[in-house]
Amino acid sequence: MAEELPADLVRSLQETAREIRKEIIRMTFAAQSGHPGGSLSVTDILTALVFHELKIDPRRPDSPDRDRLVLSKGHASPAMYAALSLRGYFPREELATFRQLGSRLQGHVDRTKLPFIEASTGCLGQGIGMAVGMALDARLRKASYRTYAVLGDGECQAGPTWEALMAGGHYRLSNLLVILDRNGLETDGSTESIMGIEPIVEKFRAFRYHTIDLDGHSFPALLDAFAEARRTTDGPTAIVARTVKGKGVSFMEGKHQFHGKPPNSAEAEQALAELARGEEAHP
Amino acid sequence: MSAVLGKPESLRDAYGKALVTLGEKDPELVVFDADLSGSTRTILFGQKFPDRFFNVGVMEQTMMTMAAGIALQGRTVFASTFAVFAAGQAYNAVRQSICYNKANVKIVATHGGLLVGADGGTHQIVEDIGLMRGLPGMTVIVPSDAPTTRAATFAVSERYGPAYVRLTRENLPTVTDGSFQIGKAAELRSGSDLTIVAVGSLVVRALEVAEELSKVGVSARVLDFASVKPFDAPALLRAARDTGALLVLEEHTVLTGVGALVASTLSENYPVPVRRVGVPDLFGESGEPWALLDRYGMSKERIVEEAWELLKGRGKVE
Repeated sequence: MAEELPADLVRSLQETAREIRKEIIRMTFAAQSGHPGGSLSVTDILTALVFHELKIDPRRPDSPDRDRLVLSKGHASPAMYAALSLRGYFPREELATFRQLGSRLQGHVDRTKLPFIEASTGCLGQGIGMAVGMALDARLRKASYRTYAVLGDGECQAGPTWEALMAGGHYRLSNLLVILDRNGLETDGSTESIMGIEPIVEKFRAFRYHTIDLDGHSFPALLDAFAEARRTTDGPTAIVARTVKGKGVSFMEGKHQFHGKPPNSAEAEQALAELARGEEAHP
Repeated sequence: MSAVLGKPESLRDAYGKALVTLGEKDPELVVFDADLSGSTRTILFGQKFPDRFFNVGVMEQTMMTMAAGIALQGRTVFASTFAVFAAGQAYNAVRQSICYNKANVKIVATHGGLLVGADGGTHQIVEDIGLMRGLPGMTVIVPSDAPTTRAATFAVSERYGPAYVRLTRENLPTVTDGSFQIGKAAELRSGSDLTIVAVGSLVVRALEVAEELSKVGVSARVLDFASVKPFDAPALLRAARDTGALLVLEEHTVLTGVGALVASTLSENYPVPVRRVGVPDLFGESGEPWALLDRYGMSKERIVEEAWELLKGRGKVE
């Protein structure tokens, strides 16, 4: 299936993801705060959604038929903001205002400030419930839009995450796709050393999700799974996307220390240089 | 307007019936409950409109996040459970998913306060008004009888934004004519020596105490302060100017409730003596509901004593 994707589509998505990663470094460096690690891990997932999968139109951000995206891990706001600005929702220059007083680019995504943020999130364990509410709305209206929710793995330690997943399974919401950014790390260390969430694929299956386990940095795998989710009509789908925290920046990869710590000047410079070298640095 | 005490009626039934009326008027309105629909009376809506009724089981936090998600698609949403779960268990979901998101969700919480009775202190939330009125953008209503409950249910549905309506489990006599308006206090009895401000279950006691005081020549005004947020500041200031002293009655901790609101408002704008009658800094316990109010400092005798203290301070009695 994967090889059916045109090579230029994959290359274009990779190029976009690289631009988003550069912006994540610039934004967190400029703000000297924010969450680079989990933004870099979720970048390919968000790129695949915003630049390929979602039926959205920046010229009609309030269209009732638009697909809904809930970023439950609201601290990955730099990745979301970079993706939305590159997709044309607001000027790229505005990214420089991230976390500044008066900016629309709040520390955690805020739906009242920007177009196409469907739900303000940040405190974890709440995004899936909101996404379930959206999917129920579509079902009641017989509307065609689909709801996508991106979940963090630390968030899988929160009880309400499972309440909401249980509800999505109970209501057999085939118009709901949950994507777990399984980067394995949270603020203080690895999820499995702090409070293990494995076996996570089995957990999703037990909660009645058609579950797909894949490499969350592979566009062919992601796009293939999105299509499979659309074909799944008897209940919701979950994607366990195996990712690397800090992906694309050598000294951030696999380091929980960059969960909520911005790069300093030398680190930002090195990160941007690595990203500019692109695939050569990370084949 | 003078109060006429009607026969005790269920506030919860009044809410359930009002929901059915709203459901008939608004085909997009949806209702959530968390496995207490028989007690909260949302079951009346659920029986009539099963497709628009979601009984989500014991997941109060996620009931609130789901309610927010569906409300953000342009719907008016009601969500009900007991107050201890709505304001306590689900606090941060109410805070972020509903209030921070400016979602049009109306939380109607039943079983607020000590009148829960036999279930005991675990279930008798006495701090919910404080929690909810502290949330930016939240409307907070504490109805005193069935007609006010009905009117408040309609009123919050017509006003965009989050709301918290606190109902009591016990049936209460009708004390108002049901002309409730958000932001307005109802003067249930006129008076010039003292004002008794009360909410919910204690409005009845306020009227009883005012009647008792009138027998010894003291004229007490009674304000039903059902609209806690926004509240009727002009009515408070008028009461302070006209009567010079206020007694506040609430089935809620005195630390963060309506008494605290009245005292802080007046101290900034028109300082007069205020005394607060409510739950001290304690959890409740099992017991007969009205006996619990007596035990925790809200007996009629105690209220009369507090009124007397205020009147003495004003030099109106020896």
